[in-house]
Amino acid sequence: MAVLETPVSKRLASVKHIIIVLSGKGGVGKSSVSTQLALNLYQSSSMARVGLLDVDLTGPSIPRMLGLDGYAVHQSSDGWVPVYADGADARLACMSVGFLLKNKGDSVVWRGPKKNGMIRQFLSDVRWGELDYLVIDTPPGTSDEHLSLLEHMAPLHSRLSSVIVTTPQAVALMDAMKCLSFTRAVNLPVLGLIENMSGYVCPCCGEVSNVFSTGGGEEMARREALKFLGRLPVDTELVSLLDASVTSSSADANSTEKSADSFRLLERYLNTSSAKLFKHIMDGIIA
Amino acid sequence: MGDAVADPLSVPANAPEHCPGTESELAGKSAACAGCENQQICASNEPKLPDPSLPFIRQRMSTVKRKILVLSGKGGVGKSTFTAQLGWAFAADDRIQTGIMDVDICGPSIPTILGIASEQVHSSSSGWSPVYVQDNLGIMSVGFMLPSAHDAVMWRGPKKNGLISQFLKDVDWGDLDYLIIDTPPGTSDEHLSIVQFLKESGIDGAVLITTPQEVALQDVRREIDFCRKVGIQILGLVENMSGFVCPSCHTKSQIFKPTTGGGKKLADEMGIELLGSIPLDPRIGKSADYGISFLDEYPESPASIAYLDIIDRIKEILGD
Repeated sequence: MAVLETPVSKRLASVKHIIIVLSGKGGVGKSSVSTQLALNLYQSSSMARVGLLDVDLTGPSIPRMLGLDGYAVHQSSDGWVPVYADGADARLACMSVGFLLKNKGDSVVWRGPKKNGMIRQFLSDVRWGELDYLVIDTPPGTSDEHLSLLEHMAPLHSRLSSVIVTTPQAVALMDAMKCLSFTRAVNLPVLGLIENMSGYVCPCCGEVSNVFSTGGGEEMARREALKFLGRLPVDTELVSLLDASVTSSSADANSTEKSADSFRLLERYLNTSSAKLFKHIMDGIIA
Repeated sequence: MGDAVADPLSVPANAPEHCPGTESELAGKSAACAGCENQQICASNEPKLPDPSLPFIRQRMSTVKRKILVLSGKGGVGKSTFTAQLGWAFAADDRIQTGIMDVDICGPSIPTILGIASEQVHSSSSGWSPVYVQDNLGIMSVGFMLPSAHDAVMWRGPKKNGLISQFLKDVDWGDLDYLIIDTPPGTSDEHLSIVQFLKESGIDGAVLITTPQEVALQDVRREIDFCRKVGIQILGLVENMSGFVCPSCHTKSQIFKPTTGGGKKLADEMGIELLGSIPLDPRIGKSADYGISFLDEYPESPASIAYLDIIDRIKEILGD
């Protein structure tokens, strides 16, 4: 196959692996899985360089989850400078439409062609630099954003792969199946399936409740011959950590002060029960 | 984003990336217009003709009394579940005719939640017939049109918009007291199209759904901004998955902690009404999977009581 040189392929030439996080359904935890995957890959070696790109243009959640609400992207002669979640170390680069909005309540009311243009810019105009992994968080569905991503990255096809996230209930599995059909139609390799929100442990008595049923993801993986990467229960500690940002106090994370030299979000994340479970999931992904 | 923002409702679905909007003085003349198939129409000074489907939509919608949108910026907060419960609750009165239109083209959940996933749409001389759950509750969804539930609908905006327009003009809705419209997450093609298509017929209002955590509230704030930009009245906000009662020890805990004050604070901050909070009950999800009505099945659940109070309040606001 002839390799076409495009602005996207040139820019991403120094990116080794690109992992797209998909799910047909919304609210199953794509962004929290993307964030955890990026943090785990970052932690996997003191040299690892990771990028996290949020292409959910009308509902960007990544800035909040990484405690980067209110940060802005700067222009340089070599393109947009991503926001670094780990401060001066500059090994975890993030890009999201959230960094481009003036107010966090502004809506991004864009039809397909405009979304397509933004995605092209994210891929070709951001100064990602050398990356071991670029994790891409997507919006729900199988529409403009997904088609655009794959179109623009077609020259890099050999470095592309995906992870599918689902919750265990039938309504979510149906959308996960659609998502799997999508990956097959566009010939995108699937590294495996993660079953998220699988059970909730009552903080009072320890009883496990299957708020969104359980086991459906594993069953689907078996049926479709996908690798089952693991099951993540609802972890309220993680929900609060990713929701409240590092500032954790009631004060809103609107300050633009430099994040502390030590990467506090990562430290706190590594203490959650999810981090231990996710370590195995990541091992399954990079295996 | 520094560029002059075009009125989102005046950007055609097939417009290029930097379309200035058809109402703009630059319409047809800006650099972005080169190559756009609408350029000649925009550049000419002749009065612009409206979308040819609009009169048909207006005619079809003339027999629909109330049109309600169910919106949320965030996915998976319970839009479709709420839509279904609202439909069932309205239809519990057999004098009331209700329709549900599912415009989530890529992830239609309504057929499963209502237990009619294997049904298909039939056409008649008066148009596509909705699928009826019961005599007075008709449904239309792209889910009824797919050869298999596993097929992905890989459509870009214009194709989705075309189907939405057909749902409004070609479906034989008949006389309806309520048409409830379930939407996908976000603020993009589907949302703009539905507002555009129903501009003349009028939308009675939108119910916004959220969950208590800030990540969801952020997206709902954007949806409120969208509603204000395009002029949709907001009936109120519903906070879903608000607390969980352990079936074993009956202690209430917060799965999705309202770290920034939850739906209540958002409603106060934005000057909209909090219609109510619905606790998480695992039986809601199960009922949705099996396609049975949660309200009929578990009327004693605190969630059912919360749903019914919210539905009563919606009727009250609408003056019904």
